[in-house]
Amino acid sequence: MTSMTVLAAEPGGHPLIPAVYDIVWSAVCFALIFLVFWKVLLPKFRTVLDERSSAIQGGIEKAEKVQAEADAALAEYQKQLADGRAEAARLRAEAQEEGAQIIASMKQQATEESERILAQAKAQIEAERQSAMVSLRSEVGGLATDLASRIVGESLTDDTRSANVVDRFIADLEAQAPAATASATKEF
Amino acid sequence: MSLLAAGEGGGFHAPGLEEFFPQVFLFEGTGFDVNRIILVRILATLVLLLLLWLALRKATVVPGRIQSVVELAFDFVRKDIAYGMLGRKDGDRFFPLIASIFFGVFALNITGIIPFLNISSNALIGMPLVLSLVVYVVMIAAGIQAKGGFAYLKGELFPAGVPKPMYILVTPIEIVSTFIARPVSLTLRLTFNMLVGHLLLVLCFAATQFFFFEAGGALAGFGALTLVGGLAFTLFEILVAVLQAYVFALLTAAYIQLSVAQDH
Repeated sequence: MTSMTVLAAEPGGHPLIPAVYDIVWSAVCFALIFLVFWKVLLPKFRTVLDERSSAIQGGIEKAEKVQAEADAALAEYQKQLADGRAEAARLRAEAQEEGAQIIASMKQQATEESERILAQAKAQIEAERQSAMVSLRSEVGGLATDLASRIVGESLTDDTRSANVVDRFIADLEAQAPAATASATKEF
Repeated sequence: MSLLAAGEGGGFHAPGLEEFFPQVFLFEGTGFDVNRIILVRILATLVLLLLLWLALRKATVVPGRIQSVVELAFDFVRKDIAYGMLGRKDGDRFFPLIASIFFGVFALNITGIIPFLNISSNALIGMPLVLSLVVYVVMIAAGIQAKGGFAYLKGELFPAGVPKPMYILVTPIEIVSTFIARPVSLTLRLTFNMLVGHLLLVLCFAATQFFFFEAGGALAGFGALTLVGGLAFTLFEILVAVLQAYVFALLTAAYIQLSVAQDH
């Protein structure tokens, strides 16, 4: 305890009793530390952390956005592909159907045409036959009469003459027939 | 101490409390007296702020090495002390106080083992006392702000869930533990950790000096022993410097938390 009395005599102090200057410098130093932390260091620290987290956040969001875009593009592409395939299949089906229709209609047309041609031919043949019959009917009578009168007019016993008459008659017929046929063909 | 003092005849100067009251050499008697320890205190303050400012001055989103270390320390104080004790909202409100206490106390502690400084200015009771008073005021103000003056005092002095007659016993205990023991324990814990740490180091190295150069002979062996002891205590003092800063900051957060908590 002697040392304590010695201390008291010296310009010292007691460890539990602060000197005025000790308090003053403590307050000054702490106030300085607090102010610099409060106004300078911690705002800086917070800014950097915020910037960093927003940068990371932004990076993640960007990556997510790009990923979503890629997904959308892929989906769109696949949809387009499927659409294209469906379209192609549809077109093919349509073309097949159309082709079948065309073939069917062509067949029908051809049938109709052939039938028409056939009918026309038949009608023509019929008409020719009719006209032939009419001309025959009108001419055969005349011819027969004509021939008969010629035969009668000449001597029926003269074989050569009768043969000549028949030959001339037939030659007359043959001369008339091409003209009648040509006139019948002209009608069509 | 008297045992050591007995050795004075052999030329051994035991370290005493006069260690902490060196000669004032500037502004004597003005209230701004500066002695060696005050100079160390001012120096530690300025170096701390300068280093942190340099580390964060050109802070970038992608941190450099020094910035990383500083950010790690700030983040530790923020997450483990402020958020851990007070939650996010109050943790952010009181983060400047808690951070400046943590780093301030650490900076002023660590001078105790820095060569040529060799003393912690927290061994002078002024700084721990000022810090404790700040914490004391903030603790009470935070409680009054959170609950109102009357409700705060009632919550502190008449804790809920205690049978009414027990208040005769509980209330005085609460007065002492909350409004007296907290600031006193904060102050004394830090002061004496630093004071005793310094005395231990001085004792070890003074003894080493004595055994090596003054006692000589066979006693030099003891000198080796005290030298190793001094080195060990130096490492220990680094731990104590960090630990006391952590404890002071943690208790600050804890006391504020106890004040603002709705019921405890």
